Parts: sequence; C-alpha cells; structure tokens
Amino acid sequence: MPQRLVVSVSPHIRIKGNIPRMMWDVVIALVPATIASIYFFGSKAIYIILVTTFSALITEALIQKLCKKPVTIFDGSAVVTGILLAFNLPPGIPLWMAGVGGAIAISIGKQAFGGLGHNIFNPALVARTILLISFPVVMTTWSPPRFISFDALTYATPLTALKMDNILTPLKDLFIGNVGGCIGETSALALIIGALYLLLRKHITWHIPVTFIATAGILCWLFGGAELFRGPFLFHVLAGGLLLGALFMATDPVTSPTSRSGRMIFGMGCGAITALIRLKGGPPEGVSFSILLMNAFAPLIDRFIRPRKSRVK
Amino acid sequence: MNLYVLENINHTNKEQKMKIRSFRGGVHPPEEKITFSLPIQEMPLLKKVVIPLSQHTGAPAKPVVKVGDRVKRGQRIGEAQGSVSSNIHASISGKVVDIADHPHPLGPPSLAITIESDGRDEHHPSIKHNNDYFRLHPNEIREIVKEAGIVGLGGAAFPTHVKLSPPEDKWIDTVILNGCECEPYLTCDHRLMIEKTYEIIQGLKIIAKTLEVTSCYIGIEKNKRDAIRAMREEIRNEANMEVVPLKTKYPQGSERQLIEAILNREVPSGGLPLDVGVIVQNVGTALAISEAVKKGNPLIERVVTVTGKGIKNPANLRVRIGTLFQDVIDYCGGFRGKPGKMIMGGPLMGFSQYTTQVPVIKGTTGILVLPEEETEEIKERSCIRCNRCVDVCPMDISPNLIAKYASKDRFDWAREYGALDCMECGICAYVCPAKIPLVQLIKYAKAQLTRVTGGTGDTGVTGG
Ligand code: SF4
Ligand code: SF4
Repeated sequence: MPQRLVVSVSPHIRIKGNIPRMMWDVVIALVPATIASIYFFGSKAIYIILVTTFSALITEALIQKLCKKPVTIFDGSAVVTGILLAFNLPPGIPLWMAGVGGAIAISIGKQAFGGLGHNIFNPALVARTILLISFPVVMTTWSPPRFISFDALTYATPLTALKMDNILTPLKDLFIGNVGGCIGETSALALIIGALYLLLRKHITWHIPVTFIATAGILCWLFGGAELFRGPFLFHVLAGGLLLGALFMATDPVTSPTSRSGRMIFGMGCGAITALIRLKGGPPEGVSFSILLMNAFAPLIDRFIRPRKSRVK
Repeated sequence: MNLYVLENINHTNKEQKMKIRSFRGGVHPPEEKITFSLPIQEMPLLKKVVIPLSQHTGAPAKPVVKVGDRVKRGQRIGEAQGSVSSNIHASISGKVVDIADHPHPLGPPSLAITIESDGRDEHHPSIKHNNDYFRLHPNEIREIVKEAGIVGLGGAAFPTHVKLSPPEDKWIDTVILNGCECEPYLTCDHRLMIEKTYEIIQGLKIIAKTLEVTSCYIGIEKNKRDAIRAMREEIRNEANMEVVPLKTKYPQGSERQLIEAILNREVPSGGLPLDVGVIVQNVGTALAISEAVKKGNPLIERVVTVTGKGIKNPANLRVRIGTLFQDVIDYCGGFRGKPGKMIMGGPLMGFSQYTTQVPVIKGTTGILVLPEEETEEIKERSCIRCNRCVDVCPMDISPNLIAKYASKDRFDWAREYGALDCMECGICAYVCPAKIPLVQLIKYAKAQLTRVTGGTGDTGVTGG
C-alpha cells in the first residue's frame, strides 16, 4: 500500500500565530483610541480613519497588481498603517487630503522599499511628514474637542499652549483626552488600554515604550522648567503624541531594532530627540521626527548590538 | 578553572537546591505526551529485520558476516571502523539473507544486513552475566561498552565508549544523566525512568566509576513528577547523586542547556561538555550500559514511542533494532485516517520519512505520525523583524539574519551571525509568525560553510 508522505525539514510543528493575526491584534488594540477619537472629535474622526484605511488598502492592492506580486491586503498591515496615519492627522483635515496621505503611506512609505518587512521608515509617519511639509497650515490647525467651547481659530494644542503662552493644561484633561491635537493622540487612557493588550499578547515588549517615555519625560523635567528639575514631567508624558508614538509607532517591529538592548537605545534616542525638539526646537512637537530619525538608525543599531554568542573567553 | 568549578558545585548544591532551574531562551510547545501512562510493551518477534551498518555518528561498521550465514541474537555482525564508530549486532537469531542498500531513516539508502528469523531467538554464547562487575577496571568497562555497540540513545547516537574516554588533559568532575525528554510526544525515557529505575541508577554508577567522578546529577523536567519521585526514592542513600527538577521547556534536554541549567556552566562555542568538565548521558544509554556490563547484553533493542494522531493505538514499545517502521505501525493498529507525515524522533528535531520500509535504528526515539490535516502547507511571508526567533534561540544567535544571508548566498555573513553555533533545535522556525523555514536555511548555510572551511564549529566566530 503506497502512501504519499510529506517530507520536509524539521520542525514539523508551528505555532498558530502568524502575521495577519498579529496585525489584526494591533487593529484591536487601536479600537479604544478610535472610540475616544470619535467621542472627542465627533463623526469627522471616523470618516478620516475610514478614508485613510481604504486609501491604504486600495493603493496596496493596485501596486501589488501592477508589480504582479501576490495581493496581501488581508494581512492587516495596510489597515494598521491607515488607522495610525489617521490618528496622526488633525480633526480639521479635508478628507481628500487624508486619502492622499493613505496612498503616500503605502506607496512611498512601504511598497517603494519592497513591501511589508522591507521598509526602513514607519509608513504612517512618512505620509504624515510629507503632508505636513506640503500642507503646513492645514496640518497645524487644531479644532477643539467637542466638549470645549472655544474660538476655533485660535485654539492651540497643550504643547503649543505651553510653548507660546506658558499655559499648562490640566493633567486630568490630558489623561482622558479632552484636549486638542491629532485625532488619535489625545486620550492617554485609551492608548494605554490598547498597549496593555499588545503587551499581553506579546506583540510588543516594554523596552521601547518605557525608555522612550522615560527619557523624554525626564529630560523635560530636568530642562523644561524655569530652573533645573522644575519641568512638568507628567504633562510632557501625557501631552502631544508621545504616548501614541511610543506605544504604537516606535514599537513597529519592522522599523525598530530587534534586540532588547537595541530597542532600549532606540527608545532613548527617540525620547531625547523628542525632548530636544519640544524644549528647543521650532515646532511644539517632535515625536514623529524623532521616530523617523531613529528609524534610520535602527539598521545601524542592529549592526552593532547582536545577540551574545557563547564563545571562549 | 578547577577552583572555579569546585566553587560552582558547592554553590549549586546549597543555594539552588529548591528552585526550579532552567536556561535562557526556549519555548514550551504543547506537550502532547499521549503515551506517558502506557507501560512499555514488548513487541513480538518478527520474521525479518533489516539492520543498517550506519546507525551512529562516525564511520559505518564493516560487515563481518556473509549472505547465508546463520547468526544468533547478540552476535556481532558489523565491526566498528576507526575511532568514532560502533559495532552492530544481530537483534534476532536466523539467517543472513541479504547485505545490500536499504532505505535509511536518516538519509539516502545505505548498506544494511537483512536477517530472516528462525523463530528460536537463541542468544549468542558471548552473552554472559558478570556478577563481579563492580570490580571491573574503567578500561574494561570502556571495552565492554564498545563491544556492546552502545551509542547515545537520546537520538544523537554518538558512540558511548568515545564519550566515556575523555582526553587526558580534560578534567571531568560531573556526570549528568539526561531524563528531560523535552520533545513533545516522546515518552520512552519517561517510562524507562519509572519502570527501570534501579537499572538506570546502576548504569549511572558504572558511568561515574568509569570516569572517576563523584558528582552526579539527574536532570528531569518537572512535568514528569512520577519519574522524579521514583528516581529520588532510588537514590535516597546516595550522597553524591541529586535529582534536579527542571523547568518544562524545550530544548531542556540539549546538553548545553542542561549543563547551563544544572551547573550554570557555559560550554564554549564549538566546544564540548567535557570542556567544562561534564559528561552528559541519556537515561536510556545508562540502562544499556548497565545491561551490557552486568548481563553482557549488546545493544539490540530499544524503547520507541509510537505516537501521534495518525496512529490507531499509540504505545511505548520495546523493539528490536532493524524492525521495519511498517511492522511497528501494523502492530499499533495501523494508521488512523490518512497519514500526512511520518517522523522519526520528535516533532521539533525529527526526520520526516518518505517510506515505511525504513528500519528502527539505535537512535529511533519515536515514530510520530501526523495526520494529513496537521501537515498542511503554510504560507511564507516576509520577515517583519519581530525578533521572536532571536528571543527563543537558546544559542543566542540571530536565526533571522542567518536565514536572510543564507538565502542570498552570503555565507560569510551567515557565519558572522552565528550559523555554526546553531544546534538545529528548530524553535526559531516554530515561533516565526512569518513562517520562514529558518532551520532549513541555517542548515544550508552550515553545510556550505563547513564544506568551504572544513571545520565544524569554532571557526573564528566573533560576536558582540
Ligand atoms: S538558530 Fe538554531 S539553535 Fe537557534 S533556535 Fe534556531 S535552530 Fe535552535
Ligand atoms: S521570527 Fe520570523 S518574522 Fe520574526 S524576526 Fe524571526 S524570522 Fe523574522
């Protein structure tokens, strides 16, 4: 009785988890922040998220069809990019501009490098930066959350308010997310809940978030006040895009170093650059730039920090 | 070095006694030990066995019988060739009917001796009890072990007499008995530890005496509570022996990881356990040594775990070497459903087979049949640098990068990232969410590298 037996190299069992599962888990982790964005900025937020996501998916499918590569839009990675890009956009952005952003993220940020796993920079941040350079006014015009009645034209994010007028936004508002800013970055609470899920599912490790947030926070505490050690530590941790960046953008495995110590260096670098821009730079916020800059260094960090190999002393 | 080692022993003895020890990296896959409670059964005598002349690490044995010869059980039919090799013995009595190439479970068909049974199972006159075995000189023991064709029974099949003869300049202070059996599914060592406790400890004593060491450890994963209890009971009056429960984690049974867990010593890259004063022996090997030294039995049978969802009646079987997989599977009720993969060994390091006509050899720890639905092809994607493979790798190397460079034929880089240190335990590929065939690629790089440099390990690997 001849049987047809499969012959292959060991191992003969594999874990169930795979890339699509990971990506959809990230999508799940972004749900709390999505809900918060709709709560604080109204239905506009969900439109922005849908537009960037669909634009990312369509762009990915088109490029893969054109390049005759297998179409992998169901692996969830384009959805993650789309949502993260939306989170980094101001609530007042015209929808067509959000759509352009989604297309840029996938085409220039991801497929130009060869697709998932090959990109050097975080695709969502590439798109955000290009939008910021192309449409500086729109990208830095903030409308207040629904629960604050304020003159829309002069409304400022907490970081701008601090930098320009030295006004410290109450920590409670920052934590809940009842402040101005990009649609996905304002609610620290929602972001932390999502990140805990990712930690629990072991999709991210603590190394980048903790070093990133701690470095930025401590440097702002040291140098951010009128004198040394007088900076508003918690304010800087909760304000702006630090949590969104540290928990969801800098932890993207593709664009960060692989080793634990490499990730810690990466996180510290991100934190230091963020603090530098916040305290001394022109723009009030520096999270995206710091991550993009450190993305460029990730391969170098990996080159120098390798797993310890056992060898004779 | 010596001082350091001594300190270390004291340290481990006192302070770490209570806590469960382990090593860095590793994973805990589903254990699937479906046969753990089934006592070892004797497989009935068969009409025919096919005994390969190469069942061990090193040179194949040379046949010393001719077609037509009558042989008895335990008679030597293949003679060790060179220093690393092993004798081969007839596992049944009968007539040599063929000496020709036959499918081999570890590679291309190779020379094997086929014996047809005469049904009498007579043993060879050379097999004699030795009641005076405790008076034997270490060298006499080595000679007996060599004569009996004993090899490591944990799967690697390295000739045991070579392991028992460390070079003069190596100072051996510890023997570790390996009862981890960390591969999923396999239970043969577990059963032996419960059913043959006394003999295994006898074997350990013989090993310790041969190597003139005083410190013995028995490492057992803590999922085998009954084995730990049985072993502890057996050695309760032995001052220099200790049962060490270890964390249930793969590859706990790998020699380096075992030594790290028990003694906190690190075997250097490209080095051997004896470089840190340790010899590791599998519990099955200890039993074989005791059988050979006390009863004169050569290695002609072993316990095989026949298991997996693709087998009707999984079992732990005592099987004569040379029994065809087909016969073993038939004895276990045949396949359940359509077989997808038939593996010799465990699911993480075992070898998949293309035919059931391969024989059980000395290194056959198990026959694992996975049904068709468990062998579906998996879709490979690109590496997302998630680092899981690196995190689990017990050798602290970079499987992802080695694989990447191997696929680009950049073997110099593959070596830089530790290709030659890989022990092919398989867990990097097991955890990879992109389902990249990491082990396959690393094996490829290793093969290319050892071909080019002619070395096997310590070829100037540098690391940070
Ligand atoms: S690289 Fe080698 S040693 Fe490391 S996990 Fe993979 S197979 Fe095991
Ligand atoms: S586990 Fe797979 S996807 Fe993750 S880094 Fe290793 S090779 Fe890449």
